Amino acid sequence: MQELSLNILDIAQNSIRANASLITIEIIRSTAENQMTISIEDNGCGMSKEKVEQVINPFFTTRTTRSVGLGVPFFKMSAEMTGGSFSIDSEVGKGTKVTAVYVLDHIDLMPLGDMASTMVSLISVNPDIDFVYRYQYNDAEFTLDTREVKQILEGLPVNSPQVLVFIKDFIEENTRQAERPEIE
Amino acid sequence: MKSLAELKAIRDKMQASVNVRDNADDTIRVVVGMATCGIAAGARPVLNAFSEEVAKRGLNNVMVTQTGCIGICQYEPVVEVYTNDGSKTTYVKMTAEKVARVVSDHLVNGNVVEEYTIGAVAK
Repeated sequence: MQELSLNILDIAQNSIRANASLITIEIIRSTAENQMTISIEDNGCGMSKEKVEQVINPFFTTRTTRSVGLGVPFFKMSAEMTGGSFSIDSEVGKGTKVTAVYVLDHIDLMPLGDMASTMVSLISVNPDIDFVYRYQYNDAEFTLDTREVKQILEGLPVNSPQVLVFIKDFIEENTRQAERPEIE
Repeated sequence: MKSLAELKAIRDKMQASVNVRDNADDTIRVVVGMATCGIAAGARPVLNAFSEEVAKRGLNNVMVTQTGCIGICQYEPVVEVYTNDGSKTTYVKMTAEKVARVVSDHLVNGNVVEEYTIGAVAK
């Protein structure tokens, strides 16, 4: 993976496979704390304690086509190689929350990358799942909630091309604004 | 700050156009592999390129969707095209640049782009 937004896209695939109807992706960047926290939370089928232990192992997968599963180990590694941390909270029948904490000024921190494309990819092929994307950069933040988008659309498909272009612009523009230094 | 208010104008414009797509019309399915292997190899721009190209050409009979790992990770990004005559074509090592040709030649005109298929690449 070349950027963290691809890891996020990959981890969200696990939530989709867990039959989640709501997936919340949150990125909190704090310069003062020299930290960035990325979490992916879903209301899918959840995992037992034993299974949570297993998914961290690259040689475990629920897939039958082959015997390795690298998604979670990649994401875990991306955080730990910056001196950060990684955790999975999960409960069967309730859902799963995957959290990765990064040290911002570490040389091995990968760029966050194109989150707008990640969200558009997810929404375009999963119109029936609701997504919440929240980005916080120090004191500035914004949220995209497809439940709000769908309410405005009055039954029109959330993955129509015009809507996806809007969502991409919405995330890109609001990210730029949030990251703008306070003193210009 | 960009707000959702702009979306209302987009909605009104969409409601005014009669051409709202209906899943029942789908005769072609484009399936992009979006497992760890696919994503790491570049499936995201391929998926988004298909969505954009299909939208640009107004192909109401094409559905773009995703799947997990189909077991040929060395050929990712992998895209499978299912047409309503029951045939399946497997395109391998796809890129966003190759997407336009697959859409125009195969999805629109019904001619498989042989050189991008697994049969040609795996030789």
